[in-house]
Amino acid sequence: MVAPAFEYVAAGGYDEAVRLLADGGDEAKILAGGQSLMPMLNLRLAHPELLIDINAADDRQPSVADGMLVLPALTRHRVLLEHDLVRRHCPLLAAAVRHVGNVRVRNRGTVGGSLAHADPTSEIGSCALATGARVIARGPGGDRTLPASELFIGYWTTALAESEIITDVLIPVGRPRQGWSFQEMVRRTSDFAIVAVAALVELDEEADTIAAARVALAGVADRVMLAGPDLLTGLTGATLAGGTGAGSTGPGSTGAGSTGAGGSGDDAAGAAAALIAGGLDPVDDVHASGEYRRRLVRVLTARALREAYARATGAVA
Amino acid sequence: MNRRRLVLSVNGGDHEVWVLPSDTLLDVLHDELGLADVRYGCGEGVCGTCTVLLDGEPVNGCLILAVQAAGRPVTTLRGLMGPGETLHPLQECFLRRGASQCGFCTPGMVLTALDLVRRRGRASREEIRYALVGNLCRCTGYTKILDAVEEYADQAADTPDGVPS
Repeated sequence: MVAPAFEYVAAGGYDEAVRLLADGGDEAKILAGGQSLMPMLNLRLAHPELLIDINAADDRQPSVADGMLVLPALTRHRVLLEHDLVRRHCPLLAAAVRHVGNVRVRNRGTVGGSLAHADPTSEIGSCALATGARVIARGPGGDRTLPASELFIGYWTTALAESEIITDVLIPVGRPRQGWSFQEMVRRTSDFAIVAVAALVELDEEADTIAAARVALAGVADRVMLAGPDLLTGLTGATLAGGTGAGSTGPGSTGAGSTGAGGSGDDAAGAAAALIAGGLDPVDDVHASGEYRRRLVRVLTARALREAYARATGAVA
Repeated sequence: MNRRRLVLSVNGGDHEVWVLPSDTLLDVLHDELGLADVRYGCGEGVCGTCTVLLDGEPVNGCLILAVQAAGRPVTTLRGLMGPGETLHPLQECFLRRGASQCGFCTPGMVLTALDLVRRRGRASREEIRYALVGNLCRCTGYTKILDAVEEYADQAADTPDGVPS
């Protein structure tokens, strides 16, 4: 199909873009990488009258300041995948972006655009939640900072005001006693996730026991979401086995100790995964039933926690 | 909606075109400039038949507006060919390996694979599969395409500048 007619203006900076967006109201949309908006236009799922192109608004590169990895909103997925600072300080995100689109989508798609699009299966969105990221949004009244956990409010809907634009994504830099894992199930590489799980595990200063864990889920609700902290309390003080060998926790790998054969065994990871899955009610759609998605959450969450734990202990790179 | 005048720099030549703001780069390359090697497949960025290089990087021609490409170098498959339309070495590999049948996907395959080899040199078969995951072929079953790209990547690794001319 062919996109509906619209007007186009390129903004030279975020302030100009905000002004144009405020003037354009409902009928104006921001064009960043365009890898979600342009398909929606081509399929006539969106009918804006004005596109405000922000691609020339900012040419900053990723940087690190005050313990934060600072990703300018226009950072392309390819940069997330390859940039030294991202790989060093947020390897979770660099790994997750491998699952996003294809090489052409990653050349254009942006981190800010992806978060603002708020797809409920978003790899980047789930990483933002798992890492405790914040976004800086600019509006007519200036900048404000918003935790990722307050950004997503429903299908393709964020808490951004009508004339606000994400300018930066701030991700706390990874720490030494911290491990991560990203697990995703798709039928074909590069498809939208049926279920994806991003996990971050932090160990106690002295012992190899879990001090804190965060689990974010994609593909299970109307938004990417964090598992409730109350569902993860059983992990505190636990040690996990079976996470050895990155990505090898599928059926057939036994791991050590009491974890059983892959999937969700009866260790603290399996118990937390079962609790998380039990509290979800994913919808059925053409890709998968809600029941299958719930099962994937249980299996992938247990795998993610074990792999994240193994990384935190240094057993897995 | 008013048309606006742009200069598109395609395959080394400048072209003045009048476009609507909503015209995609694919629309203009194919319909206005008559470049039949840039093709409409899905309109969603998943099939790869409209692949072009913009500033040297593969992009979906269907997901970028013509106005966004103004003044930036655009390369289509045709732009890879030498004087007198001699084939690019990667095209030769495609021919030799029987990697084209109907040929509809071939321009996108070639441009995407070329980008991979330019970046990675002798890419592994797994890397080639991963790079081409967004290029759909309904004829070949992909094996011969992977063979062709692998052959080219091996050649590239054996030449001093990394890319066979």
